[in-house]
This record gives sequence, structure tokens and C-alpha cells, in this order.
Amino acid sequence: MPSWKPDPTFYTSPRMAMQAPPEKLGYVAIFNVAGKKPDAMGVVDLDPKSSTYGTLVGRTEMPNTGDELHHFSWNACSSALCPYAPHPHVERRYLVVPGIRSSRIHILDVKADPHQPKLVKVIEPGDLAKRAGYSRPHTLHCGPEGIYGSALGAPSGEGPGGIFLMDHNDFGVLGQWEMDRGPQRLAYDFAWHLGHDTQITSEWGTPNMIEDGVVPELLLGGKYGHALHVWDLRRRKHVQSIDLGAEHQMVLELRQARDPTKTYGFVGVVVSTKDLTGSVWLWHKEKNGSYAVRKVIEIPPEPAEPDQLPPLLKGFKAVPPIITDINLSLDDRFLYVSCWATGELRQYDVSDPLKPKHVGSVHIGGIVRRTPHPKSGKVNGGPQMVELSRDGRRIYFTNSLYKAWDEQFYPEGIKGWMVKVDVDPKGGMKLDPNFFLETVAGERPHQIRLQGGDSSSDTYCYP
Amino acid sequence: MSEPVWTWAALVGLGAFHGINPAMGWLFAVALGLQEKRAGAVFAALVPLGLGHALSVAFVVVALALLVPVVRPDILNIAAALLLVGLGIWRLTARHRARVGMRVGFGGLTWWSFLMATGHGAGAMLLPVLLRMKMGEAGHGAYHGGHFANADDLEMALLAVGVHTAAMLAVAGGVAFAVFRWVGVAFLRRGWINLDLVWACALILAGLGSVAARL
Repeated sequence: MPSWKPDPTFYTSPRMAMQAPPEKLGYVAIFNVAGKKPDAMGVVDLDPKSSTYGTLVGRTEMPNTGDELHHFSWNACSSALCPYAPHPHVERRYLVVPGIRSSRIHILDVKADPHQPKLVKVIEPGDLAKRAGYSRPHTLHCGPEGIYGSALGAPSGEGPGGIFLMDHNDFGVLGQWEMDRGPQRLAYDFAWHLGHDTQITSEWGTPNMIEDGVVPELLLGGKYGHALHVWDLRRRKHVQSIDLGAEHQMVLELRQARDPTKTYGFVGVVVSTKDLTGSVWLWHKEKNGSYAVRKVIEIPPEPAEPDQLPPLLKGFKAVPPIITDINLSLDDRFLYVSCWATGELRQYDVSDPLKPKHVGSVHIGGIVRRTPHPKSGKVNGGPQMVELSRDGRRIYFTNSLYKAWDEQFYPEGIKGWMVKVDVDPKGGMKLDPNFFLETVAGERPHQIRLQGGDSSSDTYCYP
Repeated sequence: MSEPVWTWAALVGLGAFHGINPAMGWLFAVALGLQEKRAGAVFAALVPLGLGHALSVAFVVVALALLVPVVRPDILNIAAALLLVGLGIWRLTARHRARVGMRVGFGGLTWWSFLMATGHGAGAMLLPVLLRMKMGEAGHGAYHGGHFANADDLEMALLAVGVHTAAMLAVAGGVAFAVFRWVGVAFLRRGWINLDLVWACALILAGLGSVAARL
């Protein structure tokens, strides 16, 4: 039933959203490593005044096993205020939670009891395949006229991957989004410049290229994704491919400028096969209307003894940073970069997006260093899915990447944890010594969403 | 203008009601102004928004002007009532579609406004008023019994469109400029009451009312 006033968690602009009250709860996707027991949506207490601060205070299990919960989104968010499809009287109420392995999409209602999300609907993989021709749903975003999702490939496990649309009222899969995909075959993330009717998409690999782990021959042969694609968001048409070069393997997380009048954004590249660096690139619109990219951050590998390294890396005698996630504050000022294999979260001041300044670092985990948290001994895994509060003052992150790939970088088995970082508004950050959440043995956490929205959940139509 | 004052007042009032609804375009005008960072873009957007709205309403008004001479008034009245109630119920469950985006030209904005007005039943909402105007004529013996509408009817019909659209634009333009210049879109977070719900109820009430008035 539509409400009388807009959902109070919808904000017209990113700057307005920065004034939102601090989050009290977080939702974190948790998967069962052996796939023998169901995955779960965990509910984390984020209120520092609470006696259960930093612990799991709720948990909703999925009805099946082997889903591998990964990324998820809200059913509706600030983009509902967009002027061309205005419908602000829906509620931010449901979490849309796909299993990247099973292709099942779960709808959880958090309204009645935010601590115990209630499963209200399951969209079976056959529905997604039949209506959209896609499989392995990955990223989801609440868009102006419905929910957009990216999928890694077709039900066969081959390409093409792409975008599907879902209705934000009944969660039916509406179909494949692309009218003309041009040369695009690989898919991963997507981002919008809503003020410019532009969508950017990135590339990982087809399900067959990733589901049994990273394939060294494909990686060294430059076969994983290394391009960005620019789309006309209204005509659903591919307009431009931008190749970063085949050595830049796996062009993953996209974070567009939060200000919708701007036409730039950042994308993280996992690894260069030439020198094992990780990099962040800036895409930006040029005067002639086409988009260009340029590398603005390069993070070097760290030398290591072969006996400290997993089989995949022994030959290189170094740990590459492995940039698996990035995030951008709502004022477009700070960019956060996860270096999953070296165990570092970096903060860059990107006030000048062409010249990021490295202003802060937090170390935890890492293949070689295993840096402990103040509340723990040495830990493994490293900063991975990173989420930022709307006011930009608190960061939360988890340490698992993707089951099949976890085992290759951390063969001893990642022990799951989630931590919190406090950010100095002027730059700089430090771990909250009181926040160290360990998942139970056999489970690992992935993406985090914050109650009421976070820095990557919403897109805005007004500057 | 042989029509009683209340009919013109009703057309103006409904124009104001349409104009104040963000879904009819003032919010779009504000957004375009903010995107381009100039007030001129707000006003430039009002022209196609008004044109699209007028075309949508004119479609209903002209159709009615053509139907009045050939359809019995009581049948027309019941058909209009059913249409209004049906539209109202449909509006309660309608899906939200994006037919254009933020990079929209004159034609696109006109089309968007036409579709939004048509989809919301803006023209249909005027039917009870328009029917009273036409019925009034019929009461004076102007029911043409099988002939096409005459030039006077069409002129009156277009005047009705013009009056309604002028009122809609005056309100939409006033709200758009005030929000752009002084209020800011942030107020929408609290102030954007569910006018779509009011609108759906208005359609249903207009339908029921026009039947009741004939009983």
C-alpha cells in the first residue's frame, strides 16, 4: 500500500543524504562455505550505545542450500524521487538478495521486525532464465523505475552477461534490459550518471570462467574482462567500449560521482598481469561527448618469500594488492580501496579526481602479514566488501571475496569477520577497537548494507 | 461565454490541481533547472510541459465535442462515469515507467507530459464539468441529434482546454520557480504528500458525483 508521505530515508541529493542520522543496524550476507546448511542474512547491531554493539542480533536463513549470497540491494531508494518517474510513496522495506551460485533471488521484508527479516518471496532461477535469459545475478541497484540487476552470464554458464529489470512492487522479472548490446559480452557491475542518461558497465568473466576459481591460463592470457562499456540509459543501447588493455585483468567495482550533474567515476582493476599492480581508473566525459579513462591510482605488489604464498602466487615471489572493492563518499571527496591480498584499506582524497592523494590506511589480515585486530590474534582474509555510512564517518567491511577464489588466495580457509573503521572528516581513519564480529565456523560474510541506506545503495537525480 | 461562471472556475480549479502535482511536470522543470544551474531552464521546460498537457486534455475535449451531437446524453454521462471510476482504480495500482530521462529535448518533454497527463486521466477528470457545459446546451435545445458538432462547440472546447492549461501552467510555473529559487527540493522529503492517491480518489469521486448529479 502506498504511503502518504515519502519514505523518510529517501533524499533528494547526496549532500542531503549526508545529514541522515547514523545507522543503527546493518545487514550482511553470510554464506555457508560447505553449502550443506542454508546461507543467511545477518543483522548487525551498529549502535555504539547498545550492549550488543558489534554483534549479530538477528539472522534469517534462506530456504535452500548452496545459494552463495553475495551482493544485494533495497527494493526502492532515493532514485524514486527522480522527476521523470516520480513515485516517492513506495517504502524502502525489502532486501533483494540473490544467490550468485544458485541464481535464486530472495525478497526479505525488514519492516515488521528489522532484526528478523522475513522471507516473503523467492524468484527461482528458471524465472530469471526464461524472462531475461540470464543467470548468476550479481549487483543490484534500486533504479528510478524499477530494480536493475547485473548477471554474469546465460544459464549455460557462457556469455553474454548483462542487465535485467525487476518490478519494485511485485518483484517480477521484467526482462532483459539491453536493446542493443553491441560488442559487450562480459558483465559485472553497473553505475549510472542519472543526470546524463548514461550507464557504465564493467567486466569480470562468464560463470564458466570463474566458478571453479581463477584460471591461471585465462588470467595470464588476458581473457578476463578488461573493458568498460558506456550505454544510453534510455535507449538501452551500447554506445562505446573502452579497453583498458588486456594486462589489466578484471575491471570490477564502479563508483560514479554521487553528484548527478558530474560525468566521472572510478573503477577498480584487480591486477595487472604485467607487474602485479592493482589500479584505480577514472572514467570521464570529454568535450566531444565520448568517454575516456585514465589510471589515477596504482598500488604495487609487496615482495614475499614463496613459502609464505599460496600455490597460485609462489612463482611471483610477491603479493599483489588484489583490488576487489572500492567505495566513494557522498560528497565525492574520499575514495576507499580494498587491497584484499595485502590486507590494507586505503583512503584517498579525490577532491581533484585526476589526482587522488593517499591520506589514510588501515591494515588488517593479508596473505603475508595477517595483521591482527585489537580484539583478535592474527587474522586472515583482508579488507573486501567495503560500505560507508551516508555521513561518511563510519566504514564497515568484511573479508571474504567469492568462495572458489577465497581458497586460492587463502588456502587454509578464510575465517569470516566484519570490522568497523572510524573516519576523520579531514582525512585519516582508524579501526574501532571495540568492533570485531566473527562469523561462526564454516560461514563467511560478504556485502553489507546499512539500515536506511549507505554510500553505494542510492542514486540521486538532484545535485 | 454563455457558460455559467462555476464551469470556468471548475476548469481553473482542476488546472491548479493538476499543476500542483509533481507528476504533471513542475518537478521535472526544477530538476532540469538544477541540472543546468539556471532559472531559464525551468521556464523553458514549462512550454513543452504545458503543450503536452494541453494536447492530452484537448484529445478528450475534442472527442467529447464530436460525441455530444451523436450520443444520447444519458449514455455519454454513464460512459464518462465508468471511465473515471475505472481510471481511478487503475491509478491506485499503476506501475511507474520512465519513458524519458534527464537529457530530454522539447519533443521528449512534450511527449512525457502528454503521456503523464493521459496516463493520469487529466482530461477525463474534466468530463463532469465539460458534460455539464454540453448538457446545458442540450437543455437549451442544442442537442444536434446525429449531426457533427458545430464550429461554436469546437471553439468552446478549445477555449476550455486553453483556460484549464493556463491555470495548470500558472500553478506549475509558480511552484517550480519557488522551489528552484527559494524553497529547494529538500522540502519534498516531508512535503511531497501522495497526490497520486488524492488524484485517484478525485477520479473516482468525479465519476460517482457525475452519476449522482443525474439521479
